[in-house]
Amino acid sequence: MQRYTEDHEYVRLEGGITTVGITNHAQEQLGDVVFVDLPEVGKTVAKGDEIAVVESVKAASEIYAPLSGEIVEVNEALTDNPALVNEDAEGKAWFFKIKIAASAEFEALMDEAAYKQLIT
Amino acid sequence: MTAGRENPNREQRSDAEAEFERTPLYDLHVALGAKMVAFAGYAMPVSYPLGVMQEHLHARNKAGLFDVSHMGQAFLVGPDHETSSTALEALVPGSIVGLGPGRIRYTLLLNQDGGIVDDLMVTRSSSSDDDGRLYLVVNASRKDVDYALLAESLPSDVVLQQVSDRALMALQGPRADAIMRQHCPKAGGLGFMAATSAEFDGIDCHVSRSGYTGEDGFELSIPSKHAERVARTLLDHDDVEAIGLGARDSLRLEAGFCLYGHDLDETTSPIEAALGWTIAKRRRTEGGFPGAERILRELSDGPARVRVGIAPEGRAPAREGTEIVDADGRAIGVVTSGGFGPSVGGPVAMGYVDTVLSEVGTEVGLMVRGKQLPGRVAKLPFVPHRYRR
Repeated sequence: MQRYTEDHEYVRLEGGITTVGITNHAQEQLGDVVFVDLPEVGKTVAKGDEIAVVESVKAASEIYAPLSGEIVEVNEALTDNPALVNEDAEGKAWFFKIKIAASAEFEALMDEAAYKQLIT
Repeated sequence: MTAGRENPNREQRSDAEAEFERTPLYDLHVALGAKMVAFAGYAMPVSYPLGVMQEHLHARNKAGLFDVSHMGQAFLVGPDHETSSTALEALVPGSIVGLGPGRIRYTLLLNQDGGIVDDLMVTRSSSSDDDGRLYLVVNASRKDVDYALLAESLPSDVVLQQVSDRALMALQGPRADAIMRQHCPKAGGLGFMAATSAEFDGIDCHVSRSGYTGEDGFELSIPSKHAERVARTLLDHDDVEAIGLGARDSLRLEAGFCLYGHDLDETTSPIEAALGWTIAKRRRTEGGFPGAERILRELSDGPARVRVGIAPEGRAPAREGTEIVDADGRAIGVVTSGGFGPSVGGPVAMGYVDTVLSEVGTEVGLMVRGKQLPGRVAKLPFVPHRYRR
C-alpha cells in the first residue's frame, strides 16, 4: 500500500524496502522538471533529512527522507529524462528506495484518504 | 518536498491576493487558468496550463503574448525635444538629444556613485506636434524610486506624467509580425527599436518594435478598457499563446538581458554590468551624467568585476546566489540570474566575476548545495537574437 508525507511524497513498502517519489499533485504544482539530484546509494538517512532536490525551470524544491534507513537504489532514469517526473510521477519516476529497519515510521505516515484531504 | 513554495494553489487564493494590484488583464489570466504569483506588488501570471517550458518554446517558435502592464509607463513632457531630452540626459548616459522621432533607446538611470538605479526604454514621439514628449517604460519594482528621482531632478519646464490608464502587452516571436499586421498595419512597417502611434482594430494604441525575449516582436500600449479585447483578439490566433512571467524570465536570460534587482542594482556601474555600449560616444568626452568620473575611469581602465554568461557543465542549474570559484576553490564571483534554458536544453546563468577571469571559456566552479560543480564563462546571448533590422 501507499502512504504519503505532508511534503507530497509517496512511500510504498514491500519486503522491508520503501520506494519513494513525489506525488502527481506535487509534479503538477512544480511544473516541468528539468533536473533531479538524487542521493548516493549506501547513504544512511534519518527521517526529515534533506536528501534530494527536484528542479523545475523556475525553482529548486527539496525532498526530505520520509523515513530513516539506507538508500539502496536510486532511479538512474531520472538523470537523462527528468521530464519523466511529470509524465509518470507515481510510477516510473520513483526517486529512491530506502531499506528500513522497522515499519513503525511507515505506519505513522498518512494514508490515501488523509492525503486526498490535504490536497483539496 | 516544498511544493507550496513556488505558487499558491489557485483555489486557496483570497485574502493574500487582495493586497496586490491587478493589471487590466487580471480577469483574463484567471479565466485562462494561470497560476498567479505576487510580483512587484502585483498579482501576475507566472504560467498558464501550458507550463513554463512549453510557453518559452512557443514564444521562440510561433508567438507569445505577455501582460507587462505592471511596468511603469510615463511621459516626460517639455516645450520641445531639446528641452525634454537634455533634462533626461542629466540622469542617463545615453544620447537622448540625438534620438530621432519615433526611435527607442535602452538606457540607465544612474546615481551619484555611478550605480544603476534602473534600466529603461525611452522613446521620442514620432509626431512633430508632440515633439517635447518622451515616453518611458521602467521596471515595476523601481517605479516609485524612478519617478521620485525624475521629479526631483527635472527642471521646471519639463513635467513627469505617470500613465495609469493604459495596459502594456508584448507579442513576441517569429509569427508576431504576420499576426500584428492583420490588426495594426502600421506596426508591420516598423523596424527594430522604432515606435509609432497607430490603431489596433480601430483602437488607439502606441506600438513599438522591441521586447525582452531576443525575438522579433512588438510592445503595445493600449487604453486599459480595451486591453482584454485586444489580448483576446491576439489569443484567438492559433499561433498565439499566453506566456507568463516564468517563461519571460527564461527567455530574457537566454537572450542575455539583465533583470533589475538581480543582474543590476545600485552598486553596479554600467561598465561592470557589461553595458558600456549605453554610454553614448559624445558623452564619453562631455560627461554630464551622475557618476561620470567612476564610469569613465572604468571605461578606460576596466572594472574590477564584470557581468558574464555562465554555462554549467552538467544538468544542474546554478541559481541566483551561487558562489563562483576558481580552480583552487577561491571565491571569484556570484551568479545573479540562473536557471534552465528550454531553447538551450540545459542550465544557463549570468553573474559577476573578477575581470581577470572573465574571458569566454574560462573554467569556473559553481558551489551548488555544497558541491563544486564545473562550469565555464560563456558568450552572451545563449540564443542568438532574431531582430528585424
